[in-house]
Amino acid sequence: MVTPDAQESDIAGRAEAVVEVQDLVAHYGRHKVLDGVNLSVEAGEIHIIMGGSGSGKSTLLRHLLGLRRVSSGRIRLLGQELEGIHRQALQELRKQIGVSFQGGALLSSMTVGENVTLPLREHTRLDESTMAIMARMKLEVVNLGGFEHFMPSQLSGGMTKRAALARAIVMDPKLLFFDEPSAGLDPVVSAELDELILRLREAMHMSIVVVTHELESAFRIADRITVLDSGRILISDTVEKVKSSPNPRVQDLLNRRPRVEELDADAYLARLTGE
Amino acid sequence: MAEARLMWVEQLGRRTLGLVAEAGYLSALLAESLYWLFVGSFQRQPVRVSAVFSEMMRAGVNAIPIVFLLSFSIGIMLAIQGIHTLRTFGAESQVVIGIALSITREFGPLITGIVVAGRTGSALAARIGTMVVSEEIDALRVMGIQPVRYLVSPVLLAMLVMLPALTVMADFAGLLGGAVYSALDLGISYGAYADRVISVLKTGDVLQGLTKSCVFATIVTLVGVANGFSVSGGAEGVGRATTRSVVLAISGIVIADMVFTWFLNR
Repeated sequence: MVTPDAQESDIAGRAEAVVEVQDLVAHYGRHKVLDGVNLSVEAGEIHIIMGGSGSGKSTLLRHLLGLRRVSSGRIRLLGQELEGIHRQALQELRKQIGVSFQGGALLSSMTVGENVTLPLREHTRLDESTMAIMARMKLEVVNLGGFEHFMPSQLSGGMTKRAALARAIVMDPKLLFFDEPSAGLDPVVSAELDELILRLREAMHMSIVVVTHELESAFRIADRITVLDSGRILISDTVEKVKSSPNPRVQDLLNRRPRVEELDADAYLARLTGE
Repeated sequence: MAEARLMWVEQLGRRTLGLVAEAGYLSALLAESLYWLFVGSFQRQPVRVSAVFSEMMRAGVNAIPIVFLLSFSIGIMLAIQGIHTLRTFGAESQVVIGIALSITREFGPLITGIVVAGRTGSALAARIGTMVVSEEIDALRVMGIQPVRYLVSPVLLAMLVMLPALTVMADFAGLLGGAVYSALDLGISYGAYADRVISVLKTGDVLQGLTKSCVFATIVTLVGVANGFSVSGGAEGVGRATTRSVVLAISGIVIADMVFTWFLNR
């Protein structure tokens, strides 16, 4: 049995980890969505969390962002425990974290430029011209220079994701979360976003956690991959080790083989008759 | 039979618990909104002044034409009904007393509250609900921006300023409506009507209406925001929350009005 002291020293021993998850259990109502998840993201790495639909990857991301309370287990971001964290401390922690949501989540009532300057406006005392210059710089980084006066509704899917990314990095975060960067995008735009993520890591030396189910994208940008299935981690390792994993479920996911469940005749009949 | 009765009791229990939970949530929302209004500046997280003015424009200034029109019409209706009823006793010249008191104490704040519930309450629920669905609220949270401070406190402050202001205007519009009809039907001059209104009304009558309008502003804001934050299920959920927000806000306004009137006139 692992004592709390041993756990503390274990965490301290891996001081370079920017994300630490230990024995995370999460429920939606009575349904267990995450079951004993352990995860570690090292500083400076691009870590992919992947899995099929309903595997629990989005739930895991929401827990990592502190948007949901855990049923049990521990989450540490940049060395700080999320459970029981004071509101002020959580706020300070969030200033060091950038998040790009699946749909962008740009505030629809603001222009792209206003969206990007929002964190600066709320958390710094920079003057307007400095904020505008910083916003334009970040928009240039994501190849959206000149689009600061556009409304989010005027952008395409790929542009929305890049604008959301510009907002996520405007405070120069140490840790960036990217939810489904390739979802709904054509392969070319998707590949451009992959390149962008790699360039960002090089330029800003940030750790990046990407949640995706796109294999090609994952293999292209990942240092390490964590594969989730039915709320459990199947493997968390380098790309090569994940590709050569003997776990049949991992191979099913990598080779896009559908899960074939044995038919339980009694259960099937019970479902049909509603008994 | 016994089972059906148990089911009924269970349902009643569930609904009561739901109501208590909702009341608790609304109270917490109010407390947090007021906290940010008063303490935000000291924590370097002030409520955005520009957002307050923008909400004042949206909830107050833009509602002026419809509030004026409805209050003016109510004033005329009160005059018609009052003159018709009082004529039975040959006391139709006393109609000004009824109009002045009903408008300032009751109809001014009530009409304003209902119009604002329909316009601003529903818009608030739809706006926040859409933000929930499109993960904008989550985005604010992860950027370290408190959604209540950023979205709710400015609206609450704007409503607490604009609803009493609109109520004062509604009082004038209602009294004007009454004056126009009284002049046409009874031949009372505008000057005599104004003199009579001023002599009848006490400061307390106007203050009663203004106090009510502050309560209505709080109800409309909290109900709209709470319904917006509780949205789930995409566009359909937003539609449901908007409808529920309007129905609950208007019901809340009418019930609060009744309770207030009872307390203030005993």
